[in-house]
Amino acid sequence: MTTLAAAVPTALDAPGARSRRCDTTGLSVCLTAQLFIKLAAVSAVVFLLLGGVAAILLALTRWQAVHLLRVDWFYRILTFHGLNMLIFWILFFEVAILYFACTVPLNSRLFSRKVAWVSFAMMLTGAVMVNVVVLAGKADVLMTSYLPLLAHPGFYLGIILVAVGTLVAVFNFFATLHIAKRDRAYEGTVPLVTFGALAAAIIAVVTLLHGAIVMIPTFTFSMGWTAEPDPMWYRMIWWGLGHQSQQVNVCAMVAVWYLVGQLATGAKPVNETVCRGAFLLYILFINLASAHHLLVDPAVGATWKIWNTSYAMYLAVLASMIHGFTVPASVEMAMRDKGYVKGLFGWVTALPWRNPAFSAVVLSILIFGFIGGITGVTLGTQQINIIAHNTLRITGHFHATVVGGTTLAFMGLAYYVIPLIFRRDFVWRTAARVQPWLFGGGILMVSLGMSFAGSLGVPRRSYDIEPAGVFGPAAHLFLGVMGLGALVAVAALLLFCILCVGTLLFGRPNSGRAMADWGVAQRVPGVKAGLFEHDHWAMKGTIALTAVFLACFAVYYFANWKALADVWPAQ
Amino acid sequence: MSLSIPDRDWYKAPVGAEKLWIGLALIWCLVMSVMMPYWHFRGKQNSRGEAYAVTPAAFYERAEQFVAANKVGERDGVPIVEPAPGGEAYLVARMWGWYPILKLRQGETYRVHVSSMDLNHGFSLQPLNMNFQVLPGYDHVLTLTPTSKGEFTIVCNEFCGIGHDRMIGKLLVE
Repeated sequence: MTTLAAAVPTALDAPGARSRRCDTTGLSVCLTAQLFIKLAAVSAVVFLLLGGVAAILLALTRWQAVHLLRVDWFYRILTFHGLNMLIFWILFFEVAILYFACTVPLNSRLFSRKVAWVSFAMMLTGAVMVNVVVLAGKADVLMTSYLPLLAHPGFYLGIILVAVGTLVAVFNFFATLHIAKRDRAYEGTVPLVTFGALAAAIIAVVTLLHGAIVMIPTFTFSMGWTAEPDPMWYRMIWWGLGHQSQQVNVCAMVAVWYLVGQLATGAKPVNETVCRGAFLLYILFINLASAHHLLVDPAVGATWKIWNTSYAMYLAVLASMIHGFTVPASVEMAMRDKGYVKGLFGWVTALPWRNPAFSAVVLSILIFGFIGGITGVTLGTQQINIIAHNTLRITGHFHATVVGGTTLAFMGLAYYVIPLIFRRDFVWRTAARVQPWLFGGGILMVSLGMSFAGSLGVPRRSYDIEPAGVFGPAAHLFLGVMGLGALVAVAALLLFCILCVGTLLFGRPNSGRAMADWGVAQRVPGVKAGLFEHDHWAMKGTIALTAVFLACFAVYYFANWKALADVWPAQ
Repeated sequence: MSLSIPDRDWYKAPVGAEKLWIGLALIWCLVMSVMMPYWHFRGKQNSRGEAYAVTPAAFYERAEQFVAANKVGERDGVPIVEPAPGGEAYLVARMWGWYPILKLRQGETYRVHVSSMDLNHGFSLQPLNMNFQVLPGYDHVLTLTPTSKGEFTIVCNEFCGIGHDRMIGKLLVE
């Protein structure tokens, strides 16, 4: 480790460091990190595109009026969609975020180019392998691949490669933090964005280890080398991977919220301690997520379910609620500081709405918080799960969190990543400004359509609801809403991909000058900065918004208890 | 700034609206935490996860004995079986159907044993919308008390292969 580190200077501003100075921000960018940010981000967008094409096929099949695919291809494409969207697109993009967060803000070079190559090669090989096996029809097992449903060994091996490859990237991240600290590339405490990425990385290690624990014996079983793992054991450990991995996304997404908030409005954390404390809560109490899927399973008792649902108390939920306050509060404070002080929401109209990164993040916060968060906590309540388990309500929830929340935030970030890292200005900027709204609107329809259909009992992961004979016109209507929403969302996703690829191919190079600005909040002429610095009640709009949020949460939560009380007594 | 190194004295306790929100959120989290144990003792719908290890063959044998002893009719080749009120009942899930058809009485409580012969299945009782997971190797005991009459449909809501959407069962309540 020391020999590797001794060859080149750690700090990017040292003479001889392989770095460049960013023309826009003035920050130093490690060229090795930049290469791997590019590789990871491009791969991520390719997987997003694949998943998007799959999404449209699926939505047009579940939309009963269209019912496009054949039954075998429906399950095949469903497997493909889940893996590409939930695993490959997000993991690759997160690796890009990790490499960025440990180098640029810390003025440090990436720990090792070789390690980064190994990681990237493993992840890409694994992902391609999984996709080939799935499309060849040898792994129609959906993303969860619950045993004893068995896939081709190449499927498990591919997932193991992706998981281990990601672990290697996370190691590179930790090692970079270490050498940056050791060689004093920066002084003091890491910035909040890096801290958020660090929290994501720690959770990722725990998550990926679960993946290894569950996938390795499944792989050896599929090869005929070992006995079949117990199906209940498989479910339990799998969800240690499955839902916990979503908390990695949450951490990364929240870090992006803070980052874009700062870039677009100059927002700074209202209180660093509180923001960091919330990330710490994620690390400590995220275990709550993994039990959500086992709440109506046999062989796990009520005490276990109650404890693991809340992990004694909803402290990870508390963390999200804290971020849900501090992010908008910091933006509001920045706006009030700039002179937009009128009433509760006077600052809202002056926000840089023409900046697609910013509008994407606002929509991400709203959809994640109001739809994803509230439904997630409610569905994950031990007893309420009885009226929701494996229905489309679950899918409705995670399309709001992962797609409306994480994916939208990552898309927003890309509007900065591409000009800054690839050093090209976006083509067709008007379309870029519309894109987050289209995508957010579409996914909102998808999520609500699914949620309402699920409330009527429509199962998830089902090819056809007609044979059941119990789902009436209302269910069909909501599936139609979902289908229409998917058309809009996938159109916006394609637009995003076209914009990214078009920019890489035809965008005007911006090296040597600042990137064309997407728009930032402007100071009202003549207003002095710092007027609200010590006013801890100035974020009145945010206080009102979070009060509305809490009320919605309580109404939805107790409405679900009421709905539960109306079904048969069951134990 | 979230992207830059914070000042040396960045540690500060929350104050003002922030402190209020953290307090409110904490109270709400406590309310939610208390709801589950509360419902466990006072509510009527709880998934206790009562289960026993069983091989698919042994479970099927028990189910067959149950059917032979309590059969009251037949529909489309599937036996209709009426367990004694307050007694045990067996329900077999397999690709792609449910066996047998259970006939229950309103207001009586039954211990319904559910297990799978092959893969994971989902027991989804419609239009009530009550959902439980069914696994091979586990005899999942659902203690059910039907409070409404009629013909109910059991839909499989865990993917179990090509015929998954046609895995439909019936449950009758008189």
